[in-house]
Order: sequence, then structure tokens, then C-alpha cells
Amino acid sequence: MFEVKKYSRRLAGAVMIAGSIAFTGSVRAEGDTIKIGVLHSLSGTMAISETTLKDAMLMLIEEQNKKGGVLGKKLEAVVVDPASDWPLFAEKARDLISKDKVSAVFGCWTSVSRKSVLPVFAELDNLLFYPVQYEGEESQRNVFYTGAAPNQQAIPAVDYLMSEDGGSVKRWVLAGTDYVYPQTTNKILQAYLKSKGVADEDIMVNYTPFGHSDWQTIVSDIKKFGSAGKKTAVVSTINGDANVPFYKELANQGIKAEDIPVVAFSVGEEELAGLDTAPLVGHLTAWNYFQSVETPGNAEFIKTWRAFAKNDKRVTNDPMEAHYIGFNMWVKAVEKAGTTDPDAVIDAIVGVSVPNLSGGYSTMMPNHHITKPVLIGEIQADGQMETVWQTSGLVTGDEWSDYLPESKNLIADWRKPMSCGNFNVATGKCGGQSTN
Amino acid sequence: MTISAPKYPASPTILVAALLAVLTLVVFAPSVRADEAVVRAGLAKFATAKGFGEVEAAVRELAATGDPAVSKPLAALSEGNLYVRKSDAAVFIATSNGETLSLADPLTGAEAGTAKAGEMAKVRVNNAVRGAIRAVSGSLTLGSGDAGVRLAAANAIFSRPDPNTIDALDAAIAKETDATVKARMQIARSSSVLASDRSDEEKSAAIKLISGLGSREALNLLTSFQSNAPDRLKEEAASAIRSINGTLMAWDVAQNVWYGISLGSVLLLAAIGLAITFGVMGVINMAHGEMVMLGAYTTFAVQEAIRATAPGLLDYSLIAALPCAFVVAAAVGIAVERGIIRFLYGRPLETLLATWGVSLILQQAVRTIFGPTNREVANPSWMSGGFEIGQLAITWNRLWIVAFSLAVFALLLLISNRSAWGLQMRAVTQNRRMAASMGIRTPWVDAFTFGLGSGIAGIAGVALSQIGNVSPNLGQGYIIDSFMVVVFGGVGNLWGTLLGAMSLGIANKFLEPYAGAVLGKIIVLVLIILFIQKRPRGLFALKGRAVEA
Repeated sequence: MFEVKKYSRRLAGAVMIAGSIAFTGSVRAEGDTIKIGVLHSLSGTMAISETTLKDAMLMLIEEQNKKGGVLGKKLEAVVVDPASDWPLFAEKARDLISKDKVSAVFGCWTSVSRKSVLPVFAELDNLLFYPVQYEGEESQRNVFYTGAAPNQQAIPAVDYLMSEDGGSVKRWVLAGTDYVYPQTTNKILQAYLKSKGVADEDIMVNYTPFGHSDWQTIVSDIKKFGSAGKKTAVVSTINGDANVPFYKELANQGIKAEDIPVVAFSVGEEELAGLDTAPLVGHLTAWNYFQSVETPGNAEFIKTWRAFAKNDKRVTNDPMEAHYIGFNMWVKAVEKAGTTDPDAVIDAIVGVSVPNLSGGYSTMMPNHHITKPVLIGEIQADGQMETVWQTSGLVTGDEWSDYLPESKNLIADWRKPMSCGNFNVATGKCGGQSTN
Repeated sequence: MTISAPKYPASPTILVAALLAVLTLVVFAPSVRADEAVVRAGLAKFATAKGFGEVEAAVRELAATGDPAVSKPLAALSEGNLYVRKSDAAVFIATSNGETLSLADPLTGAEAGTAKAGEMAKVRVNNAVRGAIRAVSGSLTLGSGDAGVRLAAANAIFSRPDPNTIDALDAAIAKETDATVKARMQIARSSSVLASDRSDEEKSAAIKLISGLGSREALNLLTSFQSNAPDRLKEEAASAIRSINGTLMAWDVAQNVWYGISLGSVLLLAAIGLAITFGVMGVINMAHGEMVMLGAYTTFAVQEAIRATAPGLLDYSLIAALPCAFVVAAAVGIAVERGIIRFLYGRPLETLLATWGVSLILQQAVRTIFGPTNREVANPSWMSGGFEIGQLAITWNRLWIVAFSLAVFALLLLISNRSAWGLQMRAVTQNRRMAASMGIRTPWVDAFTFGLGSGIAGIAGVALSQIGNVSPNLGQGYIIDSFMVVVFGGVGNLWGTLLGAMSLGIANKFLEPYAGAVLGKIIVLVLIILFIQKRPRGLFALKGRAVEA
């Protein structure tokens, strides 16, 4: 360890002498290591989900350093705590980029936190890898979306339920927490269902506040809606904390998965860890990765993760895999570009393909979204998901939904010469619509 | 771990128990046993079945043998316990204990050694297969010697009507002696008749029988029947649907009242400790929610301890957790009062900020000790599931919480109005100097009153751990509601808190179906603001000189 450090310091010295001294800040920090920003809440309401991702990043960086780092330099994580406070995300992002001089940032969970940091990344020209499934309708030059877009999660899930395997569902409850991700997703789903011939009266949309804990009325409404003689399913975009009381109420009111299945987009292994899942067996989740996926890569990942966390019961989840993919893509792009300079990496990363944990390869597309398989899993009594259906190939993330009238003509392509996040194919102009 | 099975007639656990009971009876009723070789051949299909469609076909084939012995492997399949040995494609029921699986013969249940997890492949099932198993199990167990099993079988058929079961049901009805089971079988038969191609007369009789139920399941059946029924029956079904809808409407009102009381009792539990610290002592205690959280985490710790030492007592862990949660929360409360709040009496703004700081410290402390993710607090079996009165679904955990909150309320009222301590408490809060001159040690009364309020919040946490998350953020969800209840009910009055909690709960639940959960909450908040404008001291205002003290 000591020798490597010495070596890299000498190397840094050589670089310094060869070139002119560009930065007058801490010489050691500039030369010794490449810094990676980790922007996840470690306190406040989102700590429940984001702390795990911080640990996952630390593990990935440690593993990469064991392999010799990147471009002959060690990586160094700079962890900050934006405390689930959206404006603080922007401040911390600014600090990371201008004070700590990080080369890339991995972070954010909620859409509102991502929206709050977007201007900072555009202004200071740095990279953000965003690992969580989100509502789409966005593509930014400085942001890489490694989580699922709606067509990589919500739409395949609905397709599955409509199929014979999924129970030929005819009636839909769209239940979500009242904020941007569920609302946009439900808007897309409503448009999609209508395009499939589902009538208005067969769709029920319901929103609840964050952290909603009294689900009696809504669960009995679902029961009521489900007794109209048609197979009914619930599509849940209910967020984090509100899920536990929701599932408890479902179980207590005796709604079984064979009768009214619930397919959730925000419930992973981590959320189920706080729940007795025996009464929930058969309810569904849609993700791009499950801990139960049986591949050598995944077995290795779980082993490393448990060793890193020093806990042999720690679970893995989909956003962790997204970070795994995003981090490896960044490493590969940096090696390809030969520099960590954000502009060079942005140009180099499109087309980079790295193994994902479900046995295939994920590729960064020109719209800064990636290709992933979509898996539908049934919850098991041990809190794990078992894959019951998966897409036959990889699905490319669709940033601008084809099912919404305002975005169906838009595409994003960050390759030169187009370099546009919202190119309108009907008018042939970039920026036909607000860029967000 | 407690498996919290809903107490509904056709719940999987009961069904499985029923199936096992049947198995023991099989020995005495060998008349319907098919050739074992045929059953074994049917079972072997699971080893070769590819995809859920083939597994489902194998299930139906197995059920077609009519041998009650197949219910055991089917139940195991439904629970995900049926495995195939990779080496010789033999089918076993396996129970996992860590890395190894203990095997048992699928028909006889005889032990068949162990195997490593890697040597066995699980026969995978999905909802469709589980549904098919539930449907076929019904007809397999109709002839059971246990009335409960027959009832469960009838219910299973009712929820999954199948024309092929009519003959079996006819035979079972003819033999049936138990009136309830017989009635249920007739209803199950009616539902299957509706799904069959029998004569219109028979179907018309079936509609009458089913509409008499007046339940949601009946409504569901009739609506789905109506959509492709012949014209004459369509009208009949429609009128039956109308009559069921009428009945359900009345039950809906009752249900809203019950939900309101249940929400009110949760609000009461969350607010009642605050009614003491804020209501009686006047301390704006922003850390109140964290006392509730500490109570919930104590429950978790107690449960873990019991699980490690005496797993058999897990059902009583909540009772053991009550005093522990009280002591933990009260101790923290007294420490906070002695350490911080006593220096800030009479300075509400500083108290607010200081206690808010305390709440952040407590949250982060818990996050550091227990981790940021949710902790699982198991529901004891007596708090899981529910029952029905008419069309009113009541869940056990809600019922217990209503009873518990009223008990806590009564206890607190007793302490405050009937004990010497309660008298001192009231004296100090009404006129501190006078109380001090009477020889009451006011600082200690302050500390213990705050401790009492916090302790009550702690035991509220025990109850609330049963319906929601146990996470470091637990308290934040309740703090605003708690203040709302206390202010609305009238500061310094326990009865006001009770009435405030219940009326807010019921108002909320009546608004929710019309306005939605988000808007409903906003409307309630606006109504409270208007009410406070009119009556700044809440529902039950303290009168007389006490007000000024």
C-alpha cells in the first residue's frame, strides 16, 4: 500500500513537471488520487434507502483499488450527507465539484433531489450517475440514468399482468404516493392502458401522502373496485416507508395475490426486510435485478457485499446493481478516454458495455440511458423475489415516453453533432420543448 | 417467527392444516384411493414440467385422480416446498434448514434423508398455479370428516367456481349433516352452476341463493355472470346486484365509522403522552414522536431477546415489551427534562428549538445503533388477520389497538384524578408558587410528570409498531397529528384529547372516500384552523384561574 502510494506520488510529480502546474490547490490531492463524489442521504427520511447505496459505492471503489485503480491512480471516495434536504443536495454537489474536485458523482434517490442538482452539474460540467428507477421525461448531457425508465419497468409489468400468465387482468388500480415519480408514471400507464383498449371506468387512480400509515379505507376501496366481476390488479408506485403498513393492511384484510395481485415498483429486498412476508407470497415486483438471480457474477457480488458489510444477512437490491453498472461504465469510459475530464468521458461512455449481474451486458445508449432486462418477481416467504417472467432480450431505456402526447416526438442523442436532449423529430429542431 | 395468517375461512394456512387433517383421515376412508402408481406417475410430471403452464396441467392431472392423498404434495407445492432431486428426478417435500434440506416422501410423509441445497431444484409456482391448487383442493377435501375442513373446501370452490365440481358438491350436500356447512356448500354449488351450462331455471335459483349473501364476493360473481348471461337471467342478476349494492351501502357507513374510530385510537395513542407534556405542563415537546419511536425499538429489542432465549413465548412479547418501553421512554424523558427543559420553562420558543434538536439527536442515535433500515416487529398470532361482522371487515390488530388506547386513557385519567401524585401534578401546573409553599417539591413533580408523558408515548410505540414501520423516522409521522389532536381537543384536558382524536379520526375517514387521502387531510387541517380561530382554546377549554397560571 505504502509503496503504491509512493509510486503514484512520484508519477504525479512527473506529470506536474511535464505539464505546467494547472491547479494551485493541494498538490497532493490533485496528483495522488482520482476523487469520486458520493451524494447520498445518510440522515433524514431517505437515509433508509440511500445509506445502503453509499456503502455499495465504497465497496465498488475499494474493489477497484484492489485491481489497481484507474489510469494507474487510486480512487478516493468523498462522502457527503445531503440529509434528505433537497436544496442541500445542490449545495453539497457544488462543494463536491468545486471544492473537492471530484471527477464524477454517484448519487441522488428521489426525483426532486435529482432535479435540484441538475443545474449544478450543467453549470460546473461534471458527471452524475443516477441509480434509481424514475419517471423519465428527461435527458441531460451531464447525467447518466442507470436506473429504469418507465418502459424498463412499469410497461413490461403491465404487459405481464395483461398476459395469460399474469392472469389476464382487465381492471387496474394505480396507487401511488403523491409526488412526481408516481404521477408521471401513472400518466404514462393510463395512456398505455387506454391504447390497449382499457375503458376509463376500469382504471382507478389513487394518491396518498408520503409516509401514509392508515390504509384501511384505501384497501377496502381496492376490494370494492375488485368486486366488479373482472380480474383486478394493483399497480403500486407507493414509496418507501408507506409500503409496510400498506402490505400489513392487505394481509389483514385477506387480499391474496391469487385474487388481486399487487405489482410494486418501489419495493425491493431492502424494503421487505422490515416485514413478515409470509402473507404476501405471490405479490409481484418489477425490477431489472433481483438478489435471487442465479448467475456467477451475482453470487460473487453478494459475497463481496456481505464481506464488505460484515453481515452475512445483508440483502442486495436493484439500485445497487445500477451503481455497479454505472461505476464500471465510468471506469471503462475513463480508460477509453485516457482522462477523467468530464467532456472526454461524456463522449467516450456512449456505447460502452459492461456486464450486469443478471448474466448479460448493459450498454450506455446515446440518450444516456442503459439497456437492461426486465424481471417480474413474486415475493417469497423469505423476503426474496423469484423471477416468474422476464423480457426475452434487453430493453433500451426510453427517456421521452412514446405514450404521452407532449413527448412522443422527442428523442435524445448526445453524440455529436446532434448533442441534444430533446430533439423534436416532427419539427426537426432541438429544444422543441422545455429541457427540464 | 410468527406466521401471521389472516383468519379468513379459506386462508392458506388453515387450508393446509385442513389438508393435513384430511390426510390422517385418509387411512380410515380408503374408499376413494386411486392406484398409488398412478398418483406417483402424476407426481413425476413435476420433475419434467417446463414453465408454469405445464406445472398447472400436472396439478390438474393429479387432482383428477380424486385421491385425497394428493392434497399433501399439492399443499407443499403451493407453499413452495416441493423439490426435485437433480440426480434421479425424484420428487420430495423438503424443508430448509440453512444449507441443507430435509426430505420427505410426498405421499406418505416418511423421512427420506437430507440433501444439499444445490442438489435439489424447487418446483416453481406462480399465482396461476397457486390459484389452480386452491381450486382443486376444494373438491378433494369435500368428503373430509372434519366440518371445518369441509367448510374451507366449500369456500375454496365458491371463490373459484368450476362446473366440474357440481357432482361432487351434490354428493357432499346429500351427506352433509352440519347446517352451516351445508348452506355454504349449496352456495358454492350455486356459484359453480352459474359458471356451467345448466338450465336457466337452475341458474335462476342460484342467483337467488347467492344474492341472499349480500357480500362483495356475491356481487363479484353476479357482475361477472351478468356480463354474458342470457337476457332473461340478465334482468334477474341486475336486480340481485341492485339489492346487494343497497345492503353494502349501509355497511359502508358502518365501516367508515369503524375505520374512523380505529384511526382515532391511533391518534389518541400518539397524542395522549403529549396531552401531559404539552397539555398539562405546557412544554412544546417536539421530541415527543421520538419517545414513541423509542418505545417501538424497545419492542423490537425485547422481541429479539425473546426470540433468542424463549421462542415459544414470542406471542407474549408485546406484553413483556410494555413495561420495558415505558421505563426506557420515561428514563429518556426524565433525563431530557432534567438536562435541558427545566432551564427553559417559560420560554416556549427556546423549548421548541431545544426539543427539536433532541429529536434529531435521538433519531440519529437510533440510526447509528440499529441502522437506517426498517426493523421487523412480528405481529403475534392474536393480532393478525381479521373477522367479519355482516359485511364489516374488522382486523384484529386494529381492534386490539382501540381497546388498548382506551385502557391507557382510563389509566391516565385515574392517575391524574385519583392519585396523590396526580393531585400534586395538577397543583404544580395550576399554581406553581402556591404548590411550592404547600411543601410540594415542584422540580421533582415536573420531572416525573414529563417522565410519565414520555413513558406513555413509549407504550404507544409498542402498539404503533404493530401497524406501521419501525424506523428512525417513525416519530416524525405522528408529531404533527399529535399536536393537532391536543390543540383541537383543548390544552390541559384529557377528555378533550379523547374526543379530539376520535372526531378527527372519523372526520378524516368520512372525507377520504370522497376527497382522497391527500385532499382529505388538507380539508381536516383547514377545518381545524377555522375551529381554532373560533375557539382558540379547543373543544374543552380550561376555565377559571387555572387558565392564567
